[in-house]
Amino acid sequence: MIYGKKKTKINEWLWGWFLIAPTVIGLVILNIIPAIQTFYLSFFKSGDFGRGNIFVGLENYRKLINDTQVWYAVRNTLLYTLLVVPVSVFLAAVIAVLLNKNIKGKGIYRSIYYMPVIATPAAVTMVWRWLYNYHYGLINYVLKQLGLNPVNWIDDPRVALISIAIISIWSTTGYNMVLILAGLQEIPAVYYEASNIDGANAVTQFFKITIPLVSPTLFFVVTTSVIQCMQVFDVVYMMIDVARPSYDSTVSLVYLFYNNSFKYLNKGYGSAVVMVLLLIISIITVIQVKLQKKWVNYMG
Amino acid sequence: MTVRGKAYRIIIHIFLIIGSFIMIMPFVWMILTSFKSVTEATQMNPFIFFPAKWRIENYFDVIRQNNFLRLYYNTFSMIFWRVVCAVAFSSMAGYAFARLQFPGRDFCFGIVLFQMMIPTQVFIVPQYLMVDKLGARNTIFALVFPGLVSAFGTFLMRQFFRSIPAELEQAARIDGCNIGQTFVLIMLPLVRSGLVALSIFTALFAFKDLMWPLIVNSSTDYATLASALAKIQSAYTVKYNILMAASVLAIWPMIIIYFIFQKQFMQSVTTSGLTM
Repeated sequence: MIYGKKKTKINEWLWGWFLIAPTVIGLVILNIIPAIQTFYLSFFKSGDFGRGNIFVGLENYRKLINDTQVWYAVRNTLLYTLLVVPVSVFLAAVIAVLLNKNIKGKGIYRSIYYMPVIATPAAVTMVWRWLYNYHYGLINYVLKQLGLNPVNWIDDPRVALISIAIISIWSTTGYNMVLILAGLQEIPAVYYEASNIDGANAVTQFFKITIPLVSPTLFFVVTTSVIQCMQVFDVVYMMIDVARPSYDSTVSLVYLFYNNSFKYLNKGYGSAVVMVLLLIISIITVIQVKLQKKWVNYMG
Repeated sequence: MTVRGKAYRIIIHIFLIIGSFIMIMPFVWMILTSFKSVTEATQMNPFIFFPAKWRIENYFDVIRQNNFLRLYYNTFSMIFWRVVCAVAFSSMAGYAFARLQFPGRDFCFGIVLFQMMIPTQVFIVPQYLMVDKLGARNTIFALVFPGLVSAFGTFLMRQFFRSIPAELEQAARIDGCNIGQTFVLIMLPLVRSGLVALSIFTALFAFKDLMWPLIVNSSTDYATLASALAKIQSAYTVKYNILMAASVLAIWPMIIIYFIFQKQFMQSVTTSGLTM
């Protein structure tokens, strides 16, 4: 009997190892080793395609601190995140609350708002570039009809980042809305019924019941949105070429990483840039987790 | 319903309709422009929102010149293999992490969590160098490569397996199923909705991804729809009608799939949010 137990135990071990083997081996080769390599590469100056690496110690990091473009990229990325996340989450929350009221055509609205999430960012940005076109774009046409001055959406360094943020808000609001709506539907109706009896109005209910009970979902939405925004690439890449006058005011950290690693083929410096990204994301995540205790309300 | 309640509902509808209009307008404009001539597209006049003549030849031009059939093939091969790998390996690992006891389990799960916390750009340069060393640039394999295993998928499937009552599994084991049989015959069918959610996530992520195909497959013969669009944009700069036709061609398959499997798309989003 004891022997049998031991045999089943070892049997379970073997099955466990066998089942996790592809994933764990894959993650070690594709992610763990590369993460270490990127860190290691950031101390080298790379020749062509990673051949002929020269150890330069902290030189890349020294260069990075004195590189105005890195500071632009940090500023642009943070500013972009600060523009996109609050607006997108706020709009998503408003739409979700409205749809949660058992409005007619709820399903249709939901599928329409979600549609931009499905579209490839590369294609989406092309359309928006066309809408933003200074001379022939639909948006400036509408502004003209309203008697307003046309805006140079793409080339004006003061506006370009906002234009990019608008595209991202347009394409992520639907996703956040679906998540928040699901969170709202989890709230038991009893809470609202009880507060109705107590004579609470809709506004009180919203702040005293809806917000606290949906706060775990909001926290998830905010943290994932922030991390995604910090990694913005597609929209900026498709909209602003390196030669455009608004490049310095829109280049993101990941775009800068891409240009250094794959355009200028200095993978060492590119790796140092990505380390900066990792550092900033880690700091923001720690802050968010700390702040979470102050406003997120877990029922269980 | 009271008069006030009715008025309130109408206001909500007006708000939601304006929002829907903003969401749809870029798509409509994309389609309308794609059928226009260049002069028509750049002529701004309220009476020519619609093309005078619907120029379907814009589409033929862009399909022929950019070998779109090849792009569809590349994109769908990439998606297919990534989904197969994610579903197979993640469900295996997810089950083991959720249900089995074995040495090293928590350490290995730590590796999964580690990958999820690190931004993907950290892995890209070494992944590219590996593909290069294998001589596999400009292949379908290169497109699939970073998606061979999925930490997110493993985590998601682990959550699904954990939510299944232990009795079902014990009953199967008493009936003489070994662990492998229990996993495939009893447990897998119970997490079907998780597998669907994971497939949709993987497919959508691969479909939208731009940087990896751009880096690893520089040849247009092995580009994906997304990375080909970047090249088409620099080649046609101001021919907006052609650019819009290319965009329509790049997004329609996913839009159709979305409208057919809408319910599953919504569920995939909510499950990811609620299991985290």
